[in-house]
Amino acid sequence: MWFTLDNLATAHDTHEDAAHTSTGLSNVKLGMWLFLGTECLLFGGLISTYMLYRGRVGTGPRPAQVFDIPFTSVSSFVLLMSSLTMVLAVSSAHKRDDKSTNLWLVITALLGATFVGGQVYEFTAFYNEGMGFSTSLFSSSFYVLTGFHGVHVTVGLIMLLALRGMLKNNKVPGSRAETVEMIGLYWHFVDIVWIIIFTLIYLIPA
Amino acid sequence: MTTTATDSHATEHGLSTAGYVRIALILAAITGLEVSTYYVDFGWLFMPALMIMMVIKFVMVVSYFMHLKFDNKLFSWLFYTGLILAVGVYCAALATFKFFG
Repeated sequence: MWFTLDNLATAHDTHEDAAHTSTGLSNVKLGMWLFLGTECLLFGGLISTYMLYRGRVGTGPRPAQVFDIPFTSVSSFVLLMSSLTMVLAVSSAHKRDDKSTNLWLVITALLGATFVGGQVYEFTAFYNEGMGFSTSLFSSSFYVLTGFHGVHVTVGLIMLLALRGMLKNNKVPGSRAETVEMIGLYWHFVDIVWIIIFTLIYLIPA
Repeated sequence: MTTTATDSHATEHGLSTAGYVRIALILAAITGLEVSTYYVDFGWLFMPALMIMMVIKFVMVVSYFMHLKFDNKLFSWLFYTGLILAVGVYCAALATFKFFG
């Protein structure tokens, strides 16, 4: 017999997911995509500024002298894998598997924390090599761009941990799956921004 | 039957777990190739290869992990409009510095 309680629950979820709005789409999701579109503009401006100023090193070190490509490659890999664990958390939330959702959220947060830790280490190493915030136009634009990205990852981490706490205490307002999905969208966004930063800033020499 | 229901629900929202892992492996392999350009001299192919790999990774994450491929087209329009405007900002800034810098 195919008509089980699980099927009923799934059908109920589908009705819950279908938003009763003029567009037929969830306003929360629409708002999130609009927000991510505007974030593209923010990072577009920061990346443009860096690309224009990266050759202006003054008396400070050049990008190739300070960048540690093997280290940053590992950081990039860690952030990329956190996107996989995040999408698995979203997938588990849609399947109403709270245990797996919690587990993947925690792993995503750990990977994100590793990335942020790596960035703090990298900034410290650069500073010790004589690349301060105001050393040159290159250093200022580099710190602003990667710093803004780091802040975004940190905000994502806070959101992940808060979500985990809310899931545990059953205090998620509205659809659980949609809430996890929205935080997932934000997390993947910081990953795609890093995909661009890693190529344009680290791999292409000034 | 429960498994079938769960699978179809998963497909509604994107790929299966194995599908996501496959995408992640492809992304990891492309990242490895990107890093190899730092050590191996690719000649004139260096820049186009890096740009193409960056775009492939970007599109894969947006399409599969962010589900844009499976979602309503309006979301794609919202996001890609922002992205195109961002590229426009970059081109405008570059042109400004080129002519007036």
